Amino acid sequence: MKRNELAGGIFVTLLFAVILATPFAGGSSYHLSIGISLLQYAVMATAWALFSGPTRYVSLATGSFFGIGAYTVAVLGDFLPWPAVLCVALLIGLALALLVGLATLRLSGVYFVIFSFGLSEMIRQLVSWYEVNITKTSARYIFLDITQQQIYWQLAALLALVLAVGWWIGRSRLGTALRLIGEDEVVAAHVGIDTTRVKLALFAISSAFMSVTGAIMAPRWTYIDPSIAFNANISFQVLIMALFGGASRLFGPIAGVIPLVLMIEYLSTNFPNHFSILIGAIFMIIVYFIPDGILGTISARRPRASQPPLAAKAPRTGAAS
Amino acid sequence: MFLDLLISGLTLGGLYALVAMGLTLQCGVARIMNLSYGEFLIASAFLAYLLTSKLQINPVAALLLIVPLGFVVSWLVYRVLMLPLVRRSKAGASLDVDSILATFGLLFVLQGMMLVSFGGNYVSYSFLSFPVHIAGTQVAANRLLVFVFAVVLGGTTYLLMKNTRTGTAVRAVAAAPNFAPLVGINVLMISTLAFALGGAMVSASGVLISMFLPFSATMGVLFTMKALVIVIMGGVGNLKGCLVAGLLLGFTEATVARLVDPGLTIAANYALFLLVLLFLPNGLYGKAAR
Repeated sequence: MKRNELAGGIFVTLLFAVILATPFAGGSSYHLSIGISLLQYAVMATAWALFSGPTRYVSLATGSFFGIGAYTVAVLGDFLPWPAVLCVALLIGLALALLVGLATLRLSGVYFVIFSFGLSEMIRQLVSWYEVNITKTSARYIFLDITQQQIYWQLAALLALVLAVGWWIGRSRLGTALRLIGEDEVVAAHVGIDTTRVKLALFAISSAFMSVTGAIMAPRWTYIDPSIAFNANISFQVLIMALFGGASRLFGPIAGVIPLVLMIEYLSTNFPNHFSILIGAIFMIIVYFIPDGILGTISARRPRASQPPLAAKAPRTGAAS
Repeated sequence: MFLDLLISGLTLGGLYALVAMGLTLQCGVARIMNLSYGEFLIASAFLAYLLTSKLQINPVAALLLIVPLGFVVSWLVYRVLMLPLVRRSKAGASLDVDSILATFGLLFVLQGMMLVSFGGNYVSYSFLSFPVHIAGTQVAANRLLVFVFAVVLGGTTYLLMKNTRTGTAVRAVAAAPNFAPLVGINVLMISTLAFALGGAMVSASGVLISMFLPFSATMGVLFTMKALVIVIMGGVGNLKGCLVAGLLLGFTEATVARLVDPGLTIAANYALFLLVLLFLPNGLYGKAAR
């Protein structure tokens, strides 16, 4: 365990040294935009894995929370000071997560996945309906004085925060409870863990980070409408990155974000028409051949692996609830 | 007005029930939560469109061609793509997660392929689009035909499951996958059969939908969502539940579209889904869900 912590500490120090040094290296605005994408997905994939990694409750709702954050900025950006806008985005994301969680997290994981699968589509429809019929606006414009540099720094701070929260959860009772739920939910309930409350808390924390990311990213668009904000592709890409890196470890998602953001950038500029086919195929390859992510596969190869990989877990026998 | 609602709810509901029956076979018997289900539906609809508009084949004849094709394709999908996951998870709890992830990837592959070949626009063809008068209201003849087909196909499947030896084996696997081998049921065979049968039903639904609705390459997700809601409402693996829940969803949707706003149908679906999750998490028939 000591060795792992040391490695983690070195990794974080190096990571933030690179993040802090990058803007001063004198790159072009294109480089800065890649940096922003990297940070954006690093925050969201880490936040995704906070909840979905240990519990194995696959959330496909990332795009909904991201969109809520972005749309909050589009509606309130002109009226409130920036920190207040971020707070409102956070609160709305939190409220939605609690609502979704209360309805689905009492039940088995499949219901949650299905509910999250269509959530962004439903929110998109509701928001469009509301905008067209009540406020009579079909699109909104964002004119805020926030530079790309500032977006970059805000995301870097958010990444530090999400990693700190993840580290703290891993050491707290909450983290232990969460891992036990992932191992066997029935046992977890029997040893006195309030499984619903633990799942709900983690889902809310994870979703709040996604909403704030959406809010921070919003000033990059000047024009926004519901179909831009609530986009299923974001959910999909975050899922791929987190799983590729290894969702059961704190730094796993970041390990997946770096190669995949670069690859997505390459594919979407060179093969814009076939992008969806290629990304789907890559995802299937990950699911079939590296189910534990690259970090999980590497540590499983090492003779003294500290944790068993997820797939090697004994299957639950009988009819699990 | 009321009769109008009744008829549009009935046609919509009958069709939804058929769509969901295929998915309930795939989820309840083969234990594959197929998120790419709607893509198979839209692919069949495009195939029907090609056959009717390019080769001038009657859509009903296209149905006879496409349904066996859907059966074979789904058979292969199960054997090639799903079986490794079933083996890996030893049919344990991780199969749910793995199959969801794999079919989610498949969704993007299939949708991308259809976008490349057909573009993102809505597509339709004209077939039996004259009105028929029933008890004072008008219905398009194609809708009526679709409803009849949905009833016949759904009814046949239901009767086959209820009355044949293989159908009993299918229901046994759905009810107790661990104990079915003990009475000599080949679970692998039955699972493949159920998955392929689900594929045949989704192909049939796709062709039927193409007869009266414009469709586009990105619409599959909507049908998957509706089918999943119905499957859960009816109880996973329960064919009769599908019928009742499908009709319920069809009526809700028709009512909301007519009386409130056509732009709110997904919200109506979700509201219904939410009610079911809150009050009847095991489905209308109370059979324990996995």
